[in-house]
Amino acid sequence: MRETIATNARAAAWRFVLQRGSAAVLALCVVVHVATMIYAVRHGLTADAIVARMHATAAWPTFYLVFVAAAAVHAPLGVRTVVDEWLGLRGRAVDAALVCFAFLLLGAGSYAVHVLAG
Amino acid sequence: MNRDVAHQGVNSFRGRRNDARARTHPAYWAFIVHRVSGIGLALFLPIHFVVLAQAIAHPATLNAFLNWTRQPAVKVAETLLVLALAAHMAGGVRLLFVEFVGWRAEGQKTALSLAAAVALGCALLFALAA
Repeated sequence: MRETIATNARAAAWRFVLQRGSAAVLALCVVVHVATMIYAVRHGLTADAIVARMHATAAWPTFYLVFVAAAAVHAPLGVRTVVDEWLGLRGRAVDAALVCFAFLLLGAGSYAVHVLAG
Repeated sequence: MNRDVAHQGVNSFRGRRNDARARTHPAYWAFIVHRVSGIGLALFLPIHFVVLAQAIAHPATLNAFLNWTRQPAVKVAETLLVLALAAHMAGGVRLLFVEFVGWRAEGQKTALSLAAAVALGCALLFALAA
């Protein structure tokens, strides 16, 4: 039982580190994303403009892949806390569903970046 | 059994309820805004990725979609989305400061005001550009 408690505590510590670490990365990404959105909308948002920006430099696809990865870590951990505290849902089935959600975000986001930059 | 032990502390905390004073503090509303915006963004993200990938594969479809977003009601919805994103970011940065720099009671209302100002400023800039 003591080992299980230690394992749970270790997992909780890892969730804390991942949640806050991804939050710090996302804070920077969101500032850049919001600034880019305002710039893009101001200069006329078209499919060509979006694709041209993604092809201009490898920095944009790289930035968005980092953004997607951080969001895929951060969002499921946040949802986990909310469904635990507000709905009382917890346990292995919930964690498994949230891992699926993380992979859905990672897959769909990476695919979107790939399609945009490809 | 193990899970019961692990959650014992949480459950004893969960049995307590905030009284009216806690719910009138700005930090409580910051907590609600952070939660609600987080849930909204988590629901929006997969749709955003799928729509973007689908639309880019067919540029004509994307341009038709972008034209559709020029309706006033869609612009209002987009602005609310930017507000949610900026509020979640600014509120999250405040929480990182509370956790890693330190909590000072006298600075909390200033920090909350700054976070609200950043969020509203981003939404306003987007609304003016849209």
